[in-house]
Amino acid sequence: MSEVEAVTEEDSMSEADASAGERAQSADPSRDAPPSIAVRPAFRGDVGDLSRKEKVFELQDISVAYGGKPAVKDVSMEIYKKQVTALIGPSGCGKSTLIRTMNRMNDLVPSAAVTGKLLYHGEDLYGPTVDPVQVRKLIGMVFQKPNPFPKSIYENVAFGPKVLGRKGNLDEVVEGALRRAALWDEAKDRLDSNAFGMSGGQQQRLCIARCLAVEPDVILMDEPCSALDPISTGRIEDLMMELKEDFSIVIVTHNMQQAARVSDRTAFLMVELDGDEQDRWGRIIEYDATQKIFTNPTDPRTEDYVSGKVG
Amino acid sequence: MGDLGEPRTARASIAVAGARGVTAAMLSDQPRKDVARNTIFASLLFLAVAAALAGLGFLIGDTLIEGAPRLNIELLTNGTSALPQNAGLRSAIIGTVWIISFVALFIVPLGVGAALFLEEYAATDSRLARLVEVNIQNLAAVPSIIYGLLGLAFIARAPLNLGFVVLTASITLALLVLPIVILVAREALRSVPPSIREGSLALGATQWQTIRRQVLPAAIPGIATGVILALSRAIGETAPLIPLGAATFVTFDPSGPFSGYTALPLQIFDWVKQPQPEFQVLAAAGIIVMLALLIAMNSFAIWLRNHYEQRW
Repeated sequence: MSEVEAVTEEDSMSEADASAGERAQSADPSRDAPPSIAVRPAFRGDVGDLSRKEKVFELQDISVAYGGKPAVKDVSMEIYKKQVTALIGPSGCGKSTLIRTMNRMNDLVPSAAVTGKLLYHGEDLYGPTVDPVQVRKLIGMVFQKPNPFPKSIYENVAFGPKVLGRKGNLDEVVEGALRRAALWDEAKDRLDSNAFGMSGGQQQRLCIARCLAVEPDVILMDEPCSALDPISTGRIEDLMMELKEDFSIVIVTHNMQQAARVSDRTAFLMVELDGDEQDRWGRIIEYDATQKIFTNPTDPRTEDYVSGKVG
Repeated sequence: MGDLGEPRTARASIAVAGARGVTAAMLSDQPRKDVARNTIFASLLFLAVAAALAGLGFLIGDTLIEGAPRLNIELLTNGTSALPQNAGLRSAIIGTVWIISFVALFIVPLGVGAALFLEEYAATDSRLARLVEVNIQNLAAVPSIIYGLLGLAFIARAPLNLGFVVLTASITLALLVLPIVILVAREALRSVPPSIREGSLALGATQWQTIRRQVLPAAIPGIATGVILALSRAIGETAPLIPLGAATFVTFDPSGPFSGYTALPLQIFDWVKQPQPEFQVLAAAGIIVMLALLIAMNSFAIWLRNHYEQRW
């Protein structure tokens, strides 16, 4: 077991180095061309035959408004089981708003109004009998900034299973979640120390472990690496590749390379303005297999964005 | 190129010297007028601080000197007496302890509960919430004698009709300091970042579980600080107790919530009123005891805040 872990550890290090190098290259003046975005063949997933894929979410004309001002308009897309689905687009295009409708976190904003239909395994997520608390038990979320609780590492992971009244050995649940989040080796000797003593990357993996401990079906990640350095980012990306064996993942990211590296399918959103430029909202421009979005997009606006001409 | 040695021509030397002179002038002292203004303004500000501190220092010093002869253990252990040499603070201290214990019992659940409702449940931008907010702030500024009269009318007499007992004083003082507790507790709750709530709710915890197990524990140091400050305010209040029948001369020790009572500030007030000079000394000593108590409580509150406050 430990040998296997050691290998993955080393693996993730070299991966991280590679991604660090990739970022460093863009600062190299000898390379004027926009950084080419490589889609790793191994991670493309079986996107070919969608008819056989089980749908996790079906969004039908979803619009979200805050206090009457639209944030996202008429988004329709299908998100498939055990895939990584990326939402990319410029700031203010409603990516975060959209991902927050998927576990009803928008309910916490009193002025938010969601219209349209959002099916989760065929059930209307906004149906009258649906309790948002139950929704969030199944659909976990990892946030932009690591937000561990001001408690010990152990308590952070154990919190979810405790409040949900899960049966079973709590120690085992905590260990299992930390192992799956590739954090066990770093955390096992300091389970009782405060989570705030960890590095940013470790904190974010702790937040992922916390999410895994309640055994969700879907993990939503809202720019999970935007506050992290390249090495920590690489580790989280590796982690996502492992987690998609068991979970469906939706990730919002500003980083196009990241979307290209980790996702099976990518949705590109853009900001639209109304006539007198009073309101602005996000709209989906193109949604397809990641490889197609990054190598042969249908819409010229997608091409401009992913090739770095705009945005 | 690149090597900036000594200037090669006379013209260049003069130009360099001139440039250096200008730089030196810019870096040298400010104009005298500016310096003078600065000094005067700083001195005035210092005077303002000094006046406040000097007044306080004089009062404390004077009280210390006057009260020193009676500052001994008998002051704390002796009960009330008409003879100044036998009189002590025991009954008053016991009365204050009873009153404050019940004040604490009332204000912690009420104050924290109200703060939780306003901060976590009520829509913060609703008109009702704003109205409540303004009213709480106003209540915190209402003169304490008003609360005394309120206590007399509604608590000592009908509808509660408790009479002039410890509990009456406790309820009245609790109402008096409740706004302080609510304001401080809200502040403490607000300082818990929303990301903690989101993190907990995203795991499928209910709002109550989130508050009970994440928000409240993180806010407790701030809330405790507010409660201690409110209690020290309640200990020092004299005015509302006067209409509430706090006896200034009790021959017994207050023994429970329905016992007659006196309290520290009232005992001191009574001694100050006495004609014999020995009682003035006693009053000064009593003031020192109360000051020490309040300083101890406030220091504890500050320590609590600095020691346990969560840095986000």
